[in-house]
Amino acid sequence: MSLKTKDQIETTTGRTEIPDPEMVKKELIAKYPTKVARKRSKQIMPNTTDECGNPTVMGANVRTVPGIITQRGCCYAGCKGVIMGPTRDIVNLVHGPIGCSFYAWLTRRNQTRPPTDQDDNYMTYCFSTDMQDNDIVFGGEKKLKAAIQEAYDNFKPKAISIFSTCPVGLIGDDVHAVAREMKEKLGINVFGFSCEGYKGVSQSAGHHIANNGIFTHVVGENDTIMDADYKINLLGEYNIGGDAFEIDRILGLCGISLVSTFSGNSSYDQFANCHTADLNAVMCHRSINYVADMLEIRYGIPWIKINFIGAQATAKSLRKIAQYFDEPELIERVEAVIAAELPEIERVKEEVKQRCEGKLAMMFVGGSRAHSYQGIFKEIGMRTISAGYEFAHRDDYEGRRVIDDIKVDADSRNIQELEITRDETRYNPRKTEAEMAELAEKGVAFKEYNGMMADMDPNALVIDDISQYETEKLIEIYKPDLYCAGIKEKYAVQKSGIPMKQLHSYDSGGPYAGFKGAINFYKEIDRMVNSKVWGYIQAPWQGSPELSAKYGWE
Amino acid sequence: MLLRHTNKEIKPRESLTVNPAKTCQPIGAMYASLGIHNCLPHSHGSQGCCAYHRSALTRHFREPVMAATSSFTEGSSVFGGQSNLIQAIDTIFTTYEPDVIAVHTTCLSETIGDDVNQIAIKAVKDGKVPKGKYVIHTSTPSYVGSHVTGFSNMTKAMATAFSKSTGVSNGKFNIIPGYVEPSDMTEIKRVVKEMGIKPILFPDTSNVLNGPQTGKYKMYPDGGVTIEELTSAGDSIGTIALGNTASADAARALDTRCKVPCQVLDLPIGLAATDRFINTLRTVAGVNVPASIDLERGQLLDIITDMQAYLYHKKVALAGDPDQLIPLVEFLISIDMMPVHIVTGTPGKDFVKRIEALTADLPYKVNVKAGGGADMYLLHQWIKNEPVDLLISNTYGKYIARDEDIPFMRYGFPIVDRVGHSYFPSVCYKGGMRLLEKILDLLLDRIDRDSLEETFELVM
Repeated sequence: MSLKTKDQIETTTGRTEIPDPEMVKKELIAKYPTKVARKRSKQIMPNTTDECGNPTVMGANVRTVPGIITQRGCCYAGCKGVIMGPTRDIVNLVHGPIGCSFYAWLTRRNQTRPPTDQDDNYMTYCFSTDMQDNDIVFGGEKKLKAAIQEAYDNFKPKAISIFSTCPVGLIGDDVHAVAREMKEKLGINVFGFSCEGYKGVSQSAGHHIANNGIFTHVVGENDTIMDADYKINLLGEYNIGGDAFEIDRILGLCGISLVSTFSGNSSYDQFANCHTADLNAVMCHRSINYVADMLEIRYGIPWIKINFIGAQATAKSLRKIAQYFDEPELIERVEAVIAAELPEIERVKEEVKQRCEGKLAMMFVGGSRAHSYQGIFKEIGMRTISAGYEFAHRDDYEGRRVIDDIKVDADSRNIQELEITRDETRYNPRKTEAEMAELAEKGVAFKEYNGMMADMDPNALVIDDISQYETEKLIEIYKPDLYCAGIKEKYAVQKSGIPMKQLHSYDSGGPYAGFKGAINFYKEIDRMVNSKVWGYIQAPWQGSPELSAKYGWE
Repeated sequence: MLLRHTNKEIKPRESLTVNPAKTCQPIGAMYASLGIHNCLPHSHGSQGCCAYHRSALTRHFREPVMAATSSFTEGSSVFGGQSNLIQAIDTIFTTYEPDVIAVHTTCLSETIGDDVNQIAIKAVKDGKVPKGKYVIHTSTPSYVGSHVTGFSNMTKAMATAFSKSTGVSNGKFNIIPGYVEPSDMTEIKRVVKEMGIKPILFPDTSNVLNGPQTGKYKMYPDGGVTIEELTSAGDSIGTIALGNTASADAARALDTRCKVPCQVLDLPIGLAATDRFINTLRTVAGVNVPASIDLERGQLLDIITDMQAYLYHKKVALAGDPDQLIPLVEFLISIDMMPVHIVTGTPGKDFVKRIEALTADLPYKVNVKAGGGADMYLLHQWIKNEPVDLLISNTYGKYIARDEDIPFMRYGFPIVDRVGHSYFPSVCYKGGMRLLEKILDLLLDRIDRDSLEETFELVM
């Protein structure tokens, strides 16, 4: 990619000619060994639909091709790093050699604000059994027990959770037995997660294991019912860069109370008490849909999919929640809040739109944001021409209606599915069947998620588990104006002269959720795609490398 | 308080590590591999390790860090990762076309006992390694040593995989720069060349992990030691290994394999260690120290003379890697500062002995610990018991620095909240000047911040 001058940027604005996605796909896989090409061709799909309007079948949640340079992480990262990491008052003890705990130490930007300075907050700490070769040879259970005791002696936490790493499963340490024994001994909740890195094919397995663990060991431990009118759980919101704080602010203005957030700025008690809420609002479908389903089956709490990224999506989500509770006072309040927040958003949006309209974006992010950010780009006139997830499943691409068709393959078969039944004493359907049907009629879709593909252009290209090679090819072919992904992709993309936005860490920015977040995001994208730096790549002498015979001072 | 649960009272810990002062082997091996030209590092394990190591290196250098992985599944974890690695080798050479794949292992493949050597031989037999291309490998079990050990293991592997002794001297010296920044490698090369000595430097991450913005992404940047140079390392006059933990094994392996004599020195950080480095170069190569080097030494000395008043008896706490800490502590003592608390997560008895020897003449006993239990939680507790005027560590120290309100110098690996470290050296006399400038800036900023209005000085 040669440098982009300001003129060239302007000529790309508003372009409509997009390369044929089928041709792009061919080019992306042409270089691979035959077997690899065959495999990848199932995970790279133009966003076409069949005659019934159903999207193409996406190859997803399958094993990674060795050597292809994937961006994926592991089961441990999904369990400890993503779901349990953001909880502030549980000591998260990693059982393994030092690396796993070191790399998950403060590297995701889950912000935390305990109510007072006296409240527990272990976010800044990293706990590990730091297994040595002796522990591998003779087993690490003894050391794990001692480490739990030492953690208790030093910190006196409310609860301790244990995370297994690769070697733990191989050498046969029984972390659950150790947890039971120490729970008995210390009188606090101690529970383990078998989230060895090799389980499943990605972070996704870790989400499932975390969902199961937290549901089994903590949810339902505290039956206190919060004194509030509209009580919800916010599921799958990890407070990156303060997203959950902004959502809290808006919900607070609307008079909606949060019983729990899974798991940005969360606490043990929130998990223990979350079964007392009246509605689950699911932000990140991939990571937390298991808890949403289990809470519904066991306790009768319905769930809806919401999205707080983008002003329109935020307004829509608030209205959906209000509609669920169906109280005129709440509906009115929500409308008032939206009306109060919108003028400032409109002002910034219109200004930014002038400079961003027509630009092309690409997004390859974990299991949720590649979809949830498409609307906010539309708000400033940008098009998402290619997108994909690292580790989402077919339902995140094609919608939940395909769930029954999904075959669990050999690599993921050992991830436990909990058999959840109704809690005979505490099951309490929040709405009658008639009320649910009536709400559905009005457009409140329960337990529904239509997936990313339904919201994308027909000529967009969808790519699952994108490789470094495919990233480079895509950039070469489409010359996008913005590429969104993570830290591992960032600098290679940037060196190609393309602005690169991290949608995991937000490049230390944020919040991007909610109304204030939308404003932050518009401004940030404007800054990135219109920065002067992209005009300096060519040195003045590189345009005319021949030495001029004439000197400047002549 | 960010570290509100850290108490002054130190309770004995045998099994629990809190806020480690080290990380695991493979990341060091990955870093070393990136110091080979046209090389793709490969992590033989489940893919999480590779993603974490790439991310950590990327955050530190703010550069692309490429590496592939065998992406173990549960099946391969039980039955062995041979087919994963062979498929990876095929995919990598076909798609990414490196000259070398440098394989390291993780706690997973080490625990199940994969024989990478045998797998690499099979890959060649199966025709998966194109002619003129190489697969080198080393064992880097995460449950032994630290990231520095991993760096050492890969450096040794690159020395032994290629070096040949033809019997004809190439007239050069091998320099193993240790686990330092690309900028430090550049500086070491410059100084060696300034002395009139031709170096073969390996690994060499300069121009790899501090590259330019050119508008064109190059998967294999211009830097890195070449295969020809590594092969030729067996014909060098001698090897100078900088840093015992990171570099000595490779130097000794070259000695054993190709009879290239070696000397192991401290990293040239600060005045005395750089003096020893220059003096050794002069002696082994039979050259005179040029006036330009004398000038740099004099300049460093001049800054110390000029600003000595502000350094005198200032207490310092340090956390980091052993090869850096030893000469750094020596440097601090030489400028009249007082290192009081020192931890390295990297195990090794020699470290404690060296620090105790260096600090033997100080009027107090230093707190020093290495390996198990030597973490930043302990360091923080020590600081609570005896406060310091300066904290030197990687980025994680900023939490202690904020809570205890201590001037804080970022040093070592990783530094993820500032840039510059990969572009400006901290080794040799030039690097010493930079370190001194940073230390003085911190101490003087603190005086400015804390002084009363009537004692707020223009000239210091």
